[in-house]
Amino acid sequence: MKLIIATAVATVLGATVAMAGSTKPQDVAFEDGAVAASVSGVAGDAAVGRQVFANRKLGNCLACHVNSEMPEQSFHGEVGPTLDGAGSRWSEAELRGIVTNSKQTFEGTIMPGFYVDSGLFRPLGGFEDKSILNAQQVEDVIAYLQTLKE
Amino acid sequence: MGMYLLKTTAFAAGLALVAGSAAVAGEDSTLTINGDLTISTAAAAPSHLENIDEVVSGWLFRTDETQSLQMDDFDNPSFVFVDIGIDLWEAVDGTEGKSCSSCHTDGPEEFAGLTATMPRVDADGNLETLTEIINRERVEKMGAEPWKYSKTKMASLTALIGLQSRGMPVNVAIDGAAAPYWERGKELYYTRVGQLDIACSGCHEDNYGVMIRADHLSQGQTNGFPTYRLKNAKMNTTHARFKGCMKNIRATPYAEGGDEFKALELYVASRGNGLTVETPSVRN
Ligand code: HEC
Ligand code: HEC
Repeated sequence: MKLIIATAVATVLGATVAMAGSTKPQDVAFEDGAVAASVSGVAGDAAVGRQVFANRKLGNCLACHVNSEMPEQSFHGEVGPTLDGAGSRWSEAELRGIVTNSKQTFEGTIMPGFYVDSGLFRPLGGFEDKSILNAQQVEDVIAYLQTLKE
Repeated sequence: MGMYLLKTTAFAAGLALVAGSAAVAGEDSTLTINGDLTISTAAAAPSHLENIDEVVSGWLFRTDETQSLQMDDFDNPSFVFVDIGIDLWEAVDGTEGKSCSSCHTDGPEEFAGLTATMPRVDADGNLETLTEIINRERVEKMGAEPWKYSKTKMASLTALIGLQSRGMPVNVAIDGAAAPYWERGKELYYTRVGQLDIACSGCHEDNYGVMIRADHLSQGQTNGFPTYRLKNAKMNTTHARFKGCMKNIRATPYAEGGDEFKALELYVASRGNGLTVETPSVRN
């Protein structure tokens, strides 16, 4: 119930409110690669997260991961492990850490940090000082990943 | 923490297995062109490569249909551009009233082997590309305007000249005067760039042989360049390809013809030392 209300509030009030309560990328607190608190300050919406996951201009997670929950999407990449059952293998905080900045969990990984906006070399014009996903999109993806059970 | 380490190792091992075997598994590694020119599409890695044992041509990673286009010069769309190259070879241009053929009377065949050794360091110690040599000849000998680095004219003439080396082993010099340029190129190859924070090596060394969404990742070799791409229906130069790869990871590309891409061209070519020149190749 609580979750439903939080989602409804976020949807109604929109991105401005979500951003106001959000933690800046450089202020996200990692503990052994995991991030306990929501980076947007509100709960994620799994249905929106599913779209962010597939969208080539947003998560484009399918570039590197197979996800059997999305058979309607053609071409699942195989650079990373399959995400089938990711919601059973990892806790919410661990998933948040992996999506926010995977390098905190997997040293030297090719997987981009999706909520990182500094320390990047030669970002293309228009993407300077911007993270790939915003705080709410990160939370939405995490909500979706949690639905991927074994 | 221990758990993360364990998982990381397991994935890394899985990836290594895939990368090592899938590339040529089930593929005939020999490319035969026009029924008579046999090209080996794999070779022992040059000794300077630390993380790869075998170098393989991008041809192997393409679909059967794309592969077959390169197996017959009548089917290979690059030859439309090779023909443009032949016309340009003969075309008088500039204040001196000359064409390439005015001086190079033996025809483009004179340049057999040249592309296999490019880029190289010139007498003044500067790294030069084939494109720069052509423009220098145009300006100094013909009194003509230089051509744009990656446009049709330049790509067509470099395809014609590259064809003269088809079947010969790639053999660029990396020592002596070339060493500093090669070191610079190597540094660029391993530097993570862009919003996605990935280096050339992340895709073409660590993950060749696997699918990245709809694309089958190759080693990013340049032995087939310039290459005809079905995607844009024209000849594509190495620098244009580097630019495209950088934009895909949302990185600001270096300038075509600039020092960085020239150094990268040398380094990437050297990763293919021992492979066979396939110019003009066909890719998707
Ligand atoms: C460029 C490649 C790439 C992209 C894009 C990518 N990943 Fe990954 N991901 C990896 C790799 C590789 C690993 C394995 C970690 C390692 O060893 O480097 C991984 C690991 C993971 C894991 C842990 C694996 C498991 O199931 O146990 C999760 C969860 C994950 N990624 C989620 C995502 C999500 C969500 C996105 C998109 C928002 C995404 N990834 C985009 C390459 C990528
Ligand atoms: C995120 C992944 C990625 C990165 C990073 C990347 N590339 Fe590529 N590259 C590709 C894909 C996909 C292709 C097309 C399929 C193939 O040939 O691998 C390609 C193709 C190429 C080719 C053409 C190979 C052929 O046989 O036609 C070259 C050369 C190349 N890349 C060089 C580079 C260089 C140099 C860099 C660094 C500046 C780089 N790439 C960075 C994904 C990448």
